[in-house]
Amino acid sequence: MNAVPLLRLEQVYKRYGDMEVLRGVDLDVAEGDVVCLIGASGCGKSTLLKCANLIEPINGGRILLEGEEITSEQTDPDRVRQHIGIVFQAFNLFPHMNVLSNVTLAPRRVLGMPQRQAEERAHELLDRFGLAEKTSEYPDRLSGGQQQRAAIARALAMQPRLLLLDEVTSALDPELVGEVLTVIRELAESGMTMVIATHEMGFARQIADRICFLFKGVILEQGPPEQIFGSPREERTQAFLKRIIEAGRAADLTAAGPGREAI
Amino acid sequence: MSGIGFGTPIEPPGGAGTSTLDTARRGSRRRNAIISTVSTVVFFAIIIAALAASPGADKFIDSFFSRTGFEDSFEPIAEGFWLNVKLMLVAEAFVLVLGLLVAVIRSLPGPVLAPFRLVALIYTDVFRGVPLILVIFMVGLGLPALRLDFISDRSVFTYGVISLVLVYSAYVAEVYRAGIDSVHPSQAAGARSLGLTQFQSMRFVILPQAIRRVIPPLLNDFIGLQKDTALVGLLGLVEVARAAENYAAETFNFTGYTMAALLFIAITIPLARTTDFLINRDRRRMAATTAA
Repeated sequence: MNAVPLLRLEQVYKRYGDMEVLRGVDLDVAEGDVVCLIGASGCGKSTLLKCANLIEPINGGRILLEGEEITSEQTDPDRVRQHIGIVFQAFNLFPHMNVLSNVTLAPRRVLGMPQRQAEERAHELLDRFGLAEKTSEYPDRLSGGQQQRAAIARALAMQPRLLLLDEVTSALDPELVGEVLTVIRELAESGMTMVIATHEMGFARQIADRICFLFKGVILEQGPPEQIFGSPREERTQAFLKRIIEAGRAADLTAAGPGREAI
Repeated sequence: MSGIGFGTPIEPPGGAGTSTLDTARRGSRRRNAIISTVSTVVFFAIIIAALAASPGADKFIDSFFSRTGFEDSFEPIAEGFWLNVKLMLVAEAFVLVLGLLVAVIRSLPGPVLAPFRLVALIYTDVFRGVPLILVIFMVGLGLPALRLDFISDRSVFTYGVISLVLVYSAYVAEVYRAGIDSVHPSQAAGARSLGLTQFQSMRFVILPQAIRRVIPPLLNDFIGLQKDTALVGLLGLVEVARAAENYAAETFNFTGYTMAALLFIAITIPLARTTDFLINRDRRRMAATTAA
């Protein structure tokens, strides 16, 4: 691991009213790392990502990008967000623009990229994600999986240093999950640094360099996937994984799924 | 009272699938159409009969619907009405811009902008509350009395436009604001997460969606504005209502008022139908997207 991590969270606290959602989170993400956040709903996964992207202001601690504090008063959050892409569970595509314009909007308006160059790059990204045919369609004409791939392309068009994925498959029909996970897998192979909040345990096990188990706003346990899934130390982690398996949400952890073979 | 039975889908030809239920339904539909037609005719017949039977009917028709009255009053009244159309178009152009500006200011977050938000809030509260007729007097008689350069030597037309813009921008600002609030916060989050500034997010993501949604209510306010241009006549501008008044004063015949009313209706009815059409289209589109 490099001396200076790409992203560092130090004792991050976040409150919504009386509710403490994050209670002192420490996390280092090195360049090229793929970190998966797992944990029950409401444990703070999404909030952690939103804080890292500065969409939600934090109430305590600091967040550093390449060693530079981005949560201080002096930072311009708009500039920071250019370098940290985030993809949401509900896609959040702009419904009044076609797919191509969705992808080119930020490069053109934020980076001042000429339209032709922005469109060339957008076409490259959309080709790569299997959306070459859909560039002139409006989002409501696409399937959920296509919309989510377009949203990932939109985030990548800004060439972020870091990509945050917030339960990007949770809103999808089961048969559409695979196509989105394939895209993310390809990104991981290309060396993209990612922090992924997910309920897909098999996928997390396959793709992650490190798994963080969040419980009630703290990272209770972290480590390589084989350790977290194979021999979790914390009782809470064991209980959570057991529940997941019982719920049948990680069928490929118990049966001979693709996740098993990857280890 | 509308023509029931017009928009109904075409029934399949009576084949094996035609049940007695279908026949019964078609029968009841025809019966509904007949009932609605008859009730419409009866309704209007009663009103007309009541008016015609009133003791002053002849006098009334002569004063408000005289043939020569229509012929003679058309020119001066149409000329006056043209002034109303100009007032409406000029005022509406400013209203659309100023209203949007006020709405955007009211939607901006951040403690630094609090005074601006307060000014916008006071503006909308005051000008939605004060009757237009008072604003017209205050602007039309007050501004000239100030004896300020640029402000006090304007034409009555300009004061009329200023009054209309002041009042209607306040209404329209609220319409825009409702549109802005109706765009889901996740859209702003999506825009800001890409590094777009507050302003860029408003300009490229929020407003295009918001404005599309509020076009029908904007048209409604446009109709209101169009009618209210008649109040500017109070400042002595010979717009349509004044022209009708003048005609009545000269001829002791009120057909000029009818003429003026017809001209207004000739513009407001197409606008109202367009509004209805847009609202229905949006509703259908919404139903289509939720079903998908």
